[in-house]
Order: sequence, then C-alpha cells, then structure tokens
Amino acid sequence: MLLAEGLTKRFSGLTAVDNATLRAEQGAITGLIGPNGAGKTTLFAMASGFLKADAGRVSFAGEDVTATPPHMRAEAGMARTFQIVQPFAGLSVRENIAVGAFLRTPSRAEAMARADAVGRRLGLGPDLDRAAAGLTVAGRKRLELARALATEPRLLLLDEVLAGLNPSEIRDILPVIRAIRDEGVTILMIEHIMQAVMNLCETVYVLNQGRMIAEGPPAQVCEDPMVIEAYLGKGAAARMRADAGGAAHV
Amino acid sequence: MTPRDLAAPAAVTLALCVTPFVGLDGAMLNLLIFMMIIALAAQGWNILGGFGGLASFGHAAFFGTGAYATAILQTKAGLGAWPSLLLGVALGAAVGAFIGFLSFRSGLRGSYFALITLAFAEVLRIASNSAEITGGAAGILVRLDYGFWNMQFEDRRWFAVLAVICVGLSLALVRWMERARFGARLIAVRENEEAARALGVDVFRVKMGAITLSAGVTALAGCLYAQNFLFLDAQVAYGSWISIEALFAAIVGGLGTLFGPLIGAVVLLGVGEITKAVVGGVPGVDLVVFGVLLILTVAFAPGGLAGLAERLGFKRPGAKRIGLKGGRA
Repeated sequence: MLLAEGLTKRFSGLTAVDNATLRAEQGAITGLIGPNGAGKTTLFAMASGFLKADAGRVSFAGEDVTATPPHMRAEAGMARTFQIVQPFAGLSVRENIAVGAFLRTPSRAEAMARADAVGRRLGLGPDLDRAAAGLTVAGRKRLELARALATEPRLLLLDEVLAGLNPSEIRDILPVIRAIRDEGVTILMIEHIMQAVMNLCETVYVLNQGRMIAEGPPAQVCEDPMVIEAYLGKGAAARMRADAGGAAHV
Repeated sequence: MTPRDLAAPAAVTLALCVTPFVGLDGAMLNLLIFMMIIALAAQGWNILGGFGGLASFGHAAFFGTGAYATAILQTKAGLGAWPSLLLGVALGAAVGAFIGFLSFRSGLRGSYFALITLAFAEVLRIASNSAEITGGAAGILVRLDYGFWNMQFEDRRWFAVLAVICVGLSLALVRWMERARFGARLIAVRENEEAARALGVDVFRVKMGAITLSAGVTALAGCLYAQNFLFLDAQVAYGSWISIEALFAAIVGGLGTLFGPLIGAVVLLGVGEITKAVVGGVPGVDLVVFGVLLILTVAFAPGGLAGLAERLGFKRPGAKRIGLKGGRA
C-alpha cells in the first residue's frame, strides 16, 4: 500500500533519515520503532508529504506520490495523526472531526453525522459538544485518531497515538486500532510502547540514527542484537547473552 | 443552509429597512447610511481576519478600488450606475485575489501579511493621487442626476434602504459560509494550518477564496460610498482610515461572528457621534473614543460585543451549532 524507498533527509549537515526503505503491506499493521531522535517522525513527515525528501521516492497504492502535496495525499486516501496533537482549539469536538469528514462530502449535515458516528466509535460520544481545547490528553489523542479516520483513509499513519496514555487507556484503544485494521485500513504506526507493538504489528521496522537497522515480525526484531544495542548501548546484547549463559550454569 | 438559518439575518435586515421611515432627520439618516457602509467594509474584513485569522491593515485597497471603479466607469466610460457597482465589486475582488496570490504563494502570515496589505493600499493611494484617470489630487466628481437607474435618490431614505439591503446580502453570504464546507475549512486553517492540510484541506485555495470574498464585500462598501457622496479623492478611497474602521468595527463587534461587524459599526459610529455632540468642536475626539473602546474590548471582551452578549446569557439562535463562540481572541 505504501512503499518508501531510499528516503533521505538532511538538516544542514545532520542526516536525520539516511536511505531508509519501508513497506506497509495492504491490510496489515506495520510498526516503526526506534530510540528517541532516530528520525521516525521525519520519515513519517516525508511519507505524508509534509517534508520534502532530499532523495528517494514514495509510492502509495502503486502510484508515485513523491511530489504530491499533503492535501492531495489525504484526498487519495492517506491520513496521518500528529505526535504533538493539533486540535482546532476554537471548535467543538464534533466540528473538529467534521473537518475531516468534509473531505468526502460537501454537505454539512452528512459531515456532522459522520463526525458523530466516528466520535462515538472512538469513545468521544459524551465530549462531542465540548470545545476541543477542554479535552484531556487521552481525549485529544482520540480526537486526532477520529479526525484522521473521518477522512475515510485507506492508509492511516499514526505517530505515537498511545504516548501519554495510562495503561488502562491503552487497553481501551488497542482493540479500536485493531478494529480499524479489520475494516481494511492499512496502518503504519510509530510507537514507543512495546506492549502495543508486540500486540498489534505484523511487521516492525527499526530505525536508528536515521538508518533502518532491522525489519521483521516483532518477536524476531526484539531478539536482534543490533536492535538491543540501539536501545541499550554498545555491547549490551553480548552482555545480556553472557548474563543469560551464566545464569544457566548456576 | 436551511431557511431557518436565514431567519435571524432576514429579521435584522427587515428591522433596519424600516428604520429610515420612523422619522429620522437628515443627519441621522446620513449616520445610518454611513453605519451600513462601515458595517459592510467590516464584514468584508471579518471574513478574512475573523474567520480566516488573516488580519489585514490594507482593506482600503479593496474599498478604494470599488469606489473608484464605480465613479470612473460612470464618468469616463459612460456606464450605468448599477453595472458600474457590479464591476466595482468584481474589480475589488480581483485586487484581493491578486494580493492574496502573491502573499499566500510565499506563505505570508501574521504581521507580514498585515504589512503587505498595508503596503499595497498605500501604493494605490499614492498612485491614484497622481494618476490622470482618478482625477489626481483634485479627485473625481460624479454628476448629480436623480433617478433610479443612476442609483441617486432625491429621497435619501431609499439610498439607506439600498445600503441596508447590501448589508443584508453580506449577512446571508457569511451565514452561508458558516454553514458550508468552505467556512469549516477556513476556520480549520485559522486554528491550525498543518492539521487542516493533513485532513485534505488545500490551504492556499481556501485562503484565496477568503480574500476574494472579503475584498468583494469591502469593495461593495466602497461602491456605495462613492455613490452616496458622489465625490472621491485618494485620501478618502485608499486612505488608511477605512482599513482601520473596518478592523475596529469587526474586532469591537466580535471577530468571526455573523453580527459582530454590524454591531461594531453601529456602536462605534454611534458612540463617536454622541461624543462629538457632547464634547463639541475638538477634532478627532471620536477617534480617541474608538481607541479606548478597542482597548477595552481586547482587554475585557476578546469575543467582542457579540461574544460578550453571549457570555451574559443572550444566546444567539443557532450559536451552538455555528461553533464560533467568540472567534479568536
């Protein structure tokens, strides 16, 4: 569904993303993980068209969209959420979601009805008439997701939608994400919370210092020495193996 | 948009239409006409500055273009008053689209956009002060010739009704906007451009639409001004006074609200008139009052008078659904 090939982004001397390739398969949930500062959000911004890549290409549903501006990508069925939530503060929750729904219908009544439905589905039912500025962190995350979903996307790019949620809120939202996938929406998610990644993703990509260092099923990727070192420091994998070996001998 | 959405604008327009016939004297009638002209200019400003969050210091560029077009097309091209007025609106909108194209292409926002609009208005003022077609510094006079087709009425009450009808049309336009996808997108752009873009909003196009509409409405105010006073010079048409009064009325009345600009224009000019009557001959004293009102509004009622009324419990019908409570502070 989404194929990013050899994407590179430099910020005056610093290479934030270096020749990264990533594929989100149709109907699957693909994860993108990596330590802080690895370049995940930059990669996302290039995939969704908010940042221009210095090199590489992005294709969506078989079509090259490398030069397509973000709003056209949204129209083609690519929706994204922001890591730092961006509600339309002066509007109510329902109107926030309706802005997304307006992408598929010019009618206010239809957009509002669709916003109602999407909002309720994401557990925002009681908050629909409230000002978006008055929502809790968890509420704002849900709103981000609802707005993106209201555009009826084929591909959903989720940038840390679970960050800042407590364990019970995460438990509530995981089934929602899975249900979205089950309806045929392809999902690519940046996530720090490993429990969620292990739980949801079929494939995981690991980015470190701008480079893609591993890909595969989550269980396999977590065993990868390169990945462990990226998170825990050089030599950590060897030490862990040594520790595990030592423990077995006792 | 349903007929019910138009009930409030229609009621206000009807009430204003009756006002000239309740025995106003000449001075009051002139004040009413002037209030309507400023209300129109302010409504234009409100579309871009209130709903779109793009504050302009140069709406004189649109006002003056409308005014000059109306006057010049009649005197030099021999066109009728009505077609001149329509062309004036179109030309004003075109000037808006031109300035918008240049500014939004380069991503100008905030104070940069405000300064660019000011610069354009000033350039037009200076150019029209020396150009031949505008009559230069001497200005331009439209010949006095009463008649409906000349849009000149011996009984000035009918001109007041015409101005009120124009205000009514602007209210209907803004109400439509509030209810339409375009309005929702414009507010989304005001609140957060990035997020709007992610939801498939073509930010450039939305801003272009907003400045074109905004300029057209303010140009209509200019057309009426020219037709009312039958005299124009550069200082009147493109002077910064109109840019300032348009934004004053919109802010004091309530940014991003339907009735805000009308309320603002009536209150500002009303208070200005009262001040002049009380204090008498001190020139510019009404401007001092304007300034004080603006400071009070920004400090204590960021939603303007419309927002204040709502806070005090006078709910506008349908306000909940419009969701533009107070607009942007």
